[in-house]
Amino acid sequence: MAGRVFHPGHEELHGVTVVVTGRSGRTYVGRYHEHGDRGLVMHDVAIHEPGAAPAREAWLERQQRFGIKVDQRHLIVPTDEVGEIRRLAALAS
Amino acid sequence: MPYNPLLVAPMRADMTRMGARELLTAADVDAALGDARGTTLVFINSVCGCAAGNARPALAHALRHGVKPEQVVTVFAGQDLEATARARQYFADYQPSSPSIALLKDGEVVHFVHRHQIEGRPPESVAADLTKAFDRHCGAAV
Repeated sequence: MAGRVFHPGHEELHGVTVVVTGRSGRTYVGRYHEHGDRGLVMHDVAIHEPGAAPAREAWLERQQRFGIKVDQRHLIVPTDEVGEIRRLAALAS
Repeated sequence: MPYNPLLVAPMRADMTRMGARELLTAADVDAALGDARGTTLVFINSVCGCAAGNARPALAHALRHGVKPEQVVTVFAGQDLEATARARQYFADYQPSSPSIALLKDGEVVHFVHRHQIEGRPPESVAADLTKAFDRHCGAAV
């Protein structure tokens, strides 16, 4: 497996805080657990609804600076909904 | 539910070996953080074998730097529940995560390292960020 594996024996992103861009326009920020038949399983997830205030970029900046304001302890994002996945730490702050 | 104390003992020992003082109760926390003068680093310890497994060596590395906080204390998330909850009240603007690191100066948070800023990074890289913060906030006033 390429790259630094955070949790040996798991997917590379397991345990990593990621930003998932949903095809619905929602944005999910939380810890990636696994992506399987059920969808993308995440823990301690903050959710931004399209059109909500503050706007997505300002909301993301706040999550980076002050930490994840959890809306859902556990969440399964259906695979059809899962768009781009990026590490939160990789976003420009 | 807290883990078996035997399991977490080595993680506690990591902290005390590097000079951090464990805060086990809310009273311990208030005694350490209630006096707002000076610089204090608070390390929120965690059983997470990966993020905390990087964060503890990162802090140990950073504490070998010439400039460092006057006081280094630690609470253990998921273990010492009362102490952790009380410590988080001292940096309530920041969402709880563990491991995480707060640097306070005269009672104000001047630097905060969230779990997401530790995940997957080598300890040396996290330590470099910490020592920059130490240089900025813990050096003698000119």
